[in-house]
Amino acid sequence: MTDEKKTLIIEGKEVEFTNEPNLLEVIRKAGMSVPTLCYRPDLTSFGACRMCVVDVEYPNGRKMINSSCTMPPEAGIKVHLNTEKVRKIRKMVLELLLANHDRECTTCDKSGNCELQKYAEEYGIKRVKQYAQREEMTPIDDSSCALVRDNNKCILCGACVRACSEHQGLQVLGFANRGSKTVVEPMAGRPLATSECINCGQCAAVCPTGALTINSTQLDEVWNAITNPNKKVVVQFAPSVRVAIGEMFGLEPGVNSTKKINAALRKIGFDLVFDTNFSADLTIMEEAHEFLDRLNNGGKLPLFTSCCPGWVRFLETQHPDMLEHLSSCKSPQGMLGAIIREYVPKYYEDITPENLVSVSIMPCTAKKYEAKREQFKMADGRQEIDYVLTTQELGRMIKGAGIDFKSLEGEEPDSPFGKYTGAATIFGVSGGVAEAAARTAHEVVTGETLKDVEINDMRGTKRVKTVELDLKGTHIKVKIVNTLKEAEKCIREIKEGKADYQLLEVMACPGGCINGGGQPQSCNDSNIKELRAEGLYQDDRDVQFRKSHENPEIKDLYSKHLEKPNSHKAHELLHTTYVNKRNDCYISIGE
Amino acid sequence: MTLNINIKDEQNKALENIKSQGLRVLVCAGTGCVANGSLKVIEKFRELGANVSTLTDYDKVTIVPTGCHGFCEQGVLVIIPDKHVTYVKVHVEDVEEIFESHVKNNKPVERLLYKDPKTGEAVHKNDDINFYAKQTRTALKNCGKINAESIDEAISVRGYEALAKVIEENNPDGVIDTIIKSGLRGRGGGGFSTGMKWKFTAANKGGKSYVVCNGDEGDPGAFMDRSVMEGDPHKLLEGMAIAGFAIGADEAYIYVRAEYPLAIKRLRKAIADAEERHFLGENIMGSNFSFTIHIKEGAGAFVCGEETALIASIEGERGMPRPKPPFPANKGLFGRPTLINNVETLANVPLIILNGAEWFSSMGCETSKGTKTFALTGEVNNTGLIEVPMGTTLRQIIFDIGGGIRGGKKFKAVQIGGPSGGCLTEEHLDISMDYDSLIKAGAMVGSGGLVVMAEDTCMVEVARFFMNFTKNESCGKCVPCREGTKNMLKILEKIVAGKGEMEDLERLEQLALTVKDGSLCGLGKTAPNPVLSTLKYFKDEYIAHIVDKKCPAGVCTALKTIKIKEDLCKGCTKCARTCPVGAIEGTVKNPHKIDQSKCIKCEACLNACPFKAIGKK
Repeated sequence: MTDEKKTLIIEGKEVEFTNEPNLLEVIRKAGMSVPTLCYRPDLTSFGACRMCVVDVEYPNGRKMINSSCTMPPEAGIKVHLNTEKVRKIRKMVLELLLANHDRECTTCDKSGNCELQKYAEEYGIKRVKQYAQREEMTPIDDSSCALVRDNNKCILCGACVRACSEHQGLQVLGFANRGSKTVVEPMAGRPLATSECINCGQCAAVCPTGALTINSTQLDEVWNAITNPNKKVVVQFAPSVRVAIGEMFGLEPGVNSTKKINAALRKIGFDLVFDTNFSADLTIMEEAHEFLDRLNNGGKLPLFTSCCPGWVRFLETQHPDMLEHLSSCKSPQGMLGAIIREYVPKYYEDITPENLVSVSIMPCTAKKYEAKREQFKMADGRQEIDYVLTTQELGRMIKGAGIDFKSLEGEEPDSPFGKYTGAATIFGVSGGVAEAAARTAHEVVTGETLKDVEINDMRGTKRVKTVELDLKGTHIKVKIVNTLKEAEKCIREIKEGKADYQLLEVMACPGGCINGGGQPQSCNDSNIKELRAEGLYQDDRDVQFRKSHENPEIKDLYSKHLEKPNSHKAHELLHTTYVNKRNDCYISIGE
Repeated sequence: MTLNINIKDEQNKALENIKSQGLRVLVCAGTGCVANGSLKVIEKFRELGANVSTLTDYDKVTIVPTGCHGFCEQGVLVIIPDKHVTYVKVHVEDVEEIFESHVKNNKPVERLLYKDPKTGEAVHKNDDINFYAKQTRTALKNCGKINAESIDEAISVRGYEALAKVIEENNPDGVIDTIIKSGLRGRGGGGFSTGMKWKFTAANKGGKSYVVCNGDEGDPGAFMDRSVMEGDPHKLLEGMAIAGFAIGADEAYIYVRAEYPLAIKRLRKAIADAEERHFLGENIMGSNFSFTIHIKEGAGAFVCGEETALIASIEGERGMPRPKPPFPANKGLFGRPTLINNVETLANVPLIILNGAEWFSSMGCETSKGTKTFALTGEVNNTGLIEVPMGTTLRQIIFDIGGGIRGGKKFKAVQIGGPSGGCLTEEHLDISMDYDSLIKAGAMVGSGGLVVMAEDTCMVEVARFFMNFTKNESCGKCVPCREGTKNMLKILEKIVAGKGEMEDLERLEQLALTVKDGSLCGLGKTAPNPVLSTLKYFKDEYIAHIVDKKCPAGVCTALKTIKIKEDLCKGCTKCARTCPVGAIEGTVKNPHKIDQSKCIKCEACLNACPFKAIGKK
């Protein structure tokens, strides 16, 4: 592909282009727009919704109507964005989609956020009763604790199907049947909960309507706990939440809202506000030591990071033979969940194991599933974490509580378990865990203070990064991948004996948790995840400490309670086990 | 390039071989005739032939199962070329008579000869049968004349000679030029210049490219491609290899629908035989050109005939079309440059190479060269597969070759180009059957389906029938096609049920135009054609359904009334006894009456009445 500049004419204006993948990107770059429903810049173009159709005139006089998302830009063509013909097509597409749609919009999870609704308004669609209406409502699939599928709202844009296969290399969702009977569903129409779904929520993240949404049933339960005077509700929130939630309140992507979130959570009525960043530091302490232990004592390598629950389920269901590679460390959510249960009742007089309710706010739908793990159960059968809400759900809570988020005065978290270092906050970006671990490992191995803490080769939104570290003679090779499609390749590499790295960091979502399935929807703009990532890197630069082992609250925790990383007590609280879940889903059929 | 096989020697050997077969009796073993029992006919012939010792002029007799002759209406067809005779509608019981009388004793069996429907006279020679006499068979030339399962027979009729020629001359661009000059256009429906398509694909030479043959003939009633694949598979393989040589591809796929088991079986055998004789596979005829052909069976989705959906299907994906551009010539199968041509198109290639571009372009008309096969069906006397020069008129096809409308009925319309073609009327009978004239008239050549309709056909019902087909066969990917065909069908159903309103017509037309403009692939873009063309030429029928609540053709059940004409009714009671719902009352020898509230319009009475006293309106 050349970078040679060529020009074409859009709406009479000469526009330059170089190597844009399609005409739509050229149109957008020129500051103009056409509506889209199925186009997602991070996925392959599909051309199904026909909303982005434009009138194209070739230099030889030939005219055609084509979808701009699939057309390669060509020099010299004249493009008209709003001719009578293309407007008529768009309008009829909307009318036909709406006629076949469950138009219970007021009670739809996507209400106000729905792209179909938005265009219906923009194109002045007033009446669709003249067309064939949806004949029967199909049952809603809410079998999964992470996601809800409502095919009555599906417009078959295929974004979810593409996200599942192009990001995760899975085909959990696919098209079935033909013509107007076409539906998107898991294999053989099985419920999502018994499918290979890893709960990453990337399907919901690209869904333009209410067909795939986050399972928000716990939202009411959290409100009930908060309004119950007999309950003490403790909350933690993950690194990525702070750089994304502002988008729901008109702040730019990447703006760090840590302190506003602390304040908002207290205003909503949470009794104690902790930061998952604290336990990210704790994770580094445990995982860096686990890694060095495996490295020095012949343990199973490469070590796989274990903070991403999508990745963990992927291994448990698809590659149970690889579970030994997985770090025994719980995820930061899991670690803080255990710490809260163990120590909060000891630190706070009015909190007892019985009245304590533990909530976490995550950028991730898979965390809902993780919190329900058998291994995260307490002796009395309750889960360590009671409820997991996503960034989106927290945003809704803040709105529901009537809080003016944008003008909130910032507050500090509760202490201990609220303080964090820069190493923790970058957990939200792909490569962050590896970078944080490298900072601590360096000092543990060399005994020297690391001056330049930023490892640029580990940064950036590339899906695969390989970095070699030289810890004064100890050579370590780290591979960092995001999306399970890439992770699958690593697994194959390892199985074939071709892997020459000792640490593998995997994040299921493209770019890491900043782009998680629970974040505010950002699928129309690839730059948003970059801005969020930059927000976290800025946070890393802004905080007082940048290495996990320097976190004073972490030091305190070890000196008072845990003794040292990987101690007996640490293992009891902070480490976990994994199980073969191959039989949990239908992939085992026929094997 | 020098070849280590001399194709002329091979031809001579093959001809010798055929000569040694003695008297050849050709029995059609195309799908139509097989359905009519031709396998039993062949078996019986062989049984008799095995014991023969008293043949005049011949020392033995060989029964040759062939591909389709095209005159399926008259199957099972038996042709004895040396005796200049064609027998029609042959049953296994007739075989002995043919054998004893004609094969052994040179006395034709008159009763099994074709009788001209107009004159009633028996016709002996194949070429004298009107159905064949008016055709120009080039792509179908060998179909029905050779044993499709024998590579020797293919070679005997110059099979692989064109391939040998192009490899020897080693001028791929020259091959492309010849195809461009011939004026050959895609026979699958699109009508794009075949040579240009080759040129565009060849422009991406260098890496891996593919040739794909589209044999997913999905139009109801169409069997042109099937006949070629069943009747002359080597010609197709040769055409593909020439295409591969021209564009620099070494691998190819034939996408055949699984509903064509016989075609698949014969193609597989043909590929294996050709590879064994080094006409396909590695280092063809000792040259450094290698070409491997795979067969991919399609699962039967109509949309897979659309080239990008077909490509997706070969790749193992769901058969859903991909938007163009990028065209397959740039980015096709597995993301590689791909030449995709239809069966008939490729079957024409060896002939063009052998006979020259001028020979081909001398047939046909100004913008459309060569010949085209059509599957002639519906209300004509002679249904079957025909091949005529482009530019032949509908009148010639329907009345000369087709022998006119069945039962002396009046011609009404012809649906051309399959479910996504259009309906043409009497006023179009004299237009030239070529790509451009048909598009202008609102129809298209399509793959070549021709359904002839007589006066008693309801055009609204025809539109509904085809819309039902495309609605079911839409892949469901793009909104206009998926939802639009569904909505058009709903409206048509409403109209044929007598519940239509005038504003439905406006809505129907708007939907049709938007689906045509807005759909992703050819299926959607052409799906509204039956609606648009019937709206254009038969609007009065729509209006009759909507305003008068009448179906002029008396087809739509909801709109017809069955009545007994009192003056003709003799009171025989047959109708009352036939009526399955007891809707007819009356006493013996007195006129009967139909209780319209009970009548289910099954027309059983109408057919039963010996006095033609019952009519419908």
